Amino acid sequence: MDFQISISGFVALYVFMLAGFAGWVIIGRVPAILHTPLMSGSNFVHGIVVVGGIYALLNAITLQEQVIGFFAVLLGAGNAAGGYAVTDRMLAMFKTSEHAPAHRKSGSVKSIHAKK
Amino acid sequence: MLSIIPMLPQLGIGAADLAAAFLFLYGLHRMSSPVTAPSGIFVAGIGMAVAVLASFLYAFGVSQAAQPDLMINIGLVIVALAIGGGTAWWGGRTVAMTAMPQMVAIYNGMGGGAAGAIAAVELFGGKADGMTALIVTLVGALIGAVSLSGSLIAWAKLDGVIKKPLRFKGQQVFNGIILLATLAVGGYLVAATQDKSLLVLAMPASIYLFFACALALGIFMTLPIGGADMPVVISIFNAFTGLAVGLEGFVLQNPALMIAGMVVGAAGMLLTLLMAKAMNRSVSNVVFTNFGEVSKYKQGNIKGSLKPMQAGDAGIAMRYASSVIIVPGYGLAVAQGQGKLYEFVKLLQAGGVSVKFAVHPVAGRMPGQMDVLLAEAGVPYDMIFQLEDINDQFSSTDFALVIGANDVVNPAARSDKTSPIFGMPILNADKAKKVFVVKRGEGKGYAGIVNALFYGENCDMVYGDAQAVLIKMIEAVRGLGLPAVA
Repeated sequence: MDFQISISGFVALYVFMLAGFAGWVIIGRVPAILHTPLMSGSNFVHGIVVVGGIYALLNAITLQEQVIGFFAVLLGAGNAAGGYAVTDRMLAMFKTSEHAPAHRKSGSVKSIHAKK
Repeated sequence: MLSIIPMLPQLGIGAADLAAAFLFLYGLHRMSSPVTAPSGIFVAGIGMAVAVLASFLYAFGVSQAAQPDLMINIGLVIVALAIGGGTAWWGGRTVAMTAMPQMVAIYNGMGGGAAGAIAAVELFGGKADGMTALIVTLVGALIGAVSLSGSLIAWAKLDGVIKKPLRFKGQQVFNGIILLATLAVGGYLVAATQDKSLLVLAMPASIYLFFACALALGIFMTLPIGGADMPVVISIFNAFTGLAVGLEGFVLQNPALMIAGMVVGAAGMLLTLLMAKAMNRSVSNVVFTNFGEVSKYKQGNIKGSLKPMQAGDAGIAMRYASSVIIVPGYGLAVAQGQGKLYEFVKLLQAGGVSVKFAVHPVAGRMPGQMDVLLAEAGVPYDMIFQLEDINDQFSSTDFALVIGANDVVNPAARSDKTSPIFGMPILNADKAKKVFVVKRGEGKGYAGIVNALFYGENCDMVYGDAQAVLIKMIEAVRGLGLPAVA
């Protein structure tokens, strides 16, 4: 059995195409009220680049590679942590009014958030 | 069965990345409604944590050459994660909500920089083998570097460090030359790797030159764009970073990076188009045209006059109305008046007045930022209505209260074909029976044009800082001593 991943040529293009389509469709449904959290949310998601940085730094041989790799991890971690912090902070603020018709479960937003 | 043990780290990374990719998609999906959105970011956060923890398993698979430094490198990873993550987390927790666009710009630049740095490690180490891998690395490096330097300029502009757009003659040509130079150096790198005899400039020097050109391109691309257009620019760079991450993911053969990067790339592009549409501009118009400076436009004569009114009187008038629609703009946020506004709204509601908020798509410095600012003040989101949902209701409303907004309620966008904002969707506040405009002075909005709404028969101006005006309104209504109805 071999778990080594090898993506090349057209397989990569298929992955890109499907992922791009998924992103387009998912974002297309988001109401305008959430555009700012969404922008910082998607900003958080590309913070996954930190994983690439960790890979590069662990495999670094020369001092130059170590220095650049260190910055890759530093910046990637900043992207991920900061993106999460601001998005979570913004989304926690959205709540419905208690006196509004009870078609929405008010408070559910809070209880989910309280996990953190 | 024992033969599987050496493969376990690889299996762990593969499974973790697969889970991360799924959690990102599911998390973003949950973000499509305000009810599920907070859990959405939490789900995506778990995905991130899983992927980052699993990436330490890479330590089991490093090459012989990297073995001696492994412990040091692991230490470096932990230190970098702690410093980068810790600082950014602290910054994200403490930043004021009005400064959110700048913050997103910085985090986005960091992501672009990380993608560029990964590409640099691959290039310096000569690890990208094969023409395809090399070209993809270079394209990713270019986009990542542009995103880094461009985002930093965007941050400087939004934060007021750079006050004026920098423009000079032949700027487009100049930028075109930088782009061509970057591509030329990139092309040279590819050619020289394939055929050593072509080597005229040492490899490391050429790589530095390549990054210098790419960074310069990002800077000069962003400098001429006005501060008001920065949100669209940040959104473009957000998509760029996603793209760069996706491409570097391909080079590193990591599908989680490929998927997350490309999802963000596509989402960012769509978001950019939506924003540009809300401003009635095309994306190329934002990037290549100088907006707000060229005021050759001659304004036609506007009939009527500005009619000042006392804040207290306006507040009392609204207390006796049956319906009020509030149009908040960035001026409200500058005055930090959201909290007072909601206090005033609650007073009105206690008196049985129906109150709604009408938010323009580009109110604030970033699409949707006004929604966040109102939410921060405690306004429930089911009181906040978007343009298309509320525009028909103005004509049946007693009062429209415009606070700190200007261009987004300028009727010239509907009627005056020569106006620079003609065609931009606006909130029809002028159609309300009576309009109150809270404004600091008689100044103009971002577009630099006079607003005909303010001169209308049905419009009264309440001059003053938004927060101070709201405090007066609250006092006046409280002073009436009316009992609560609802």
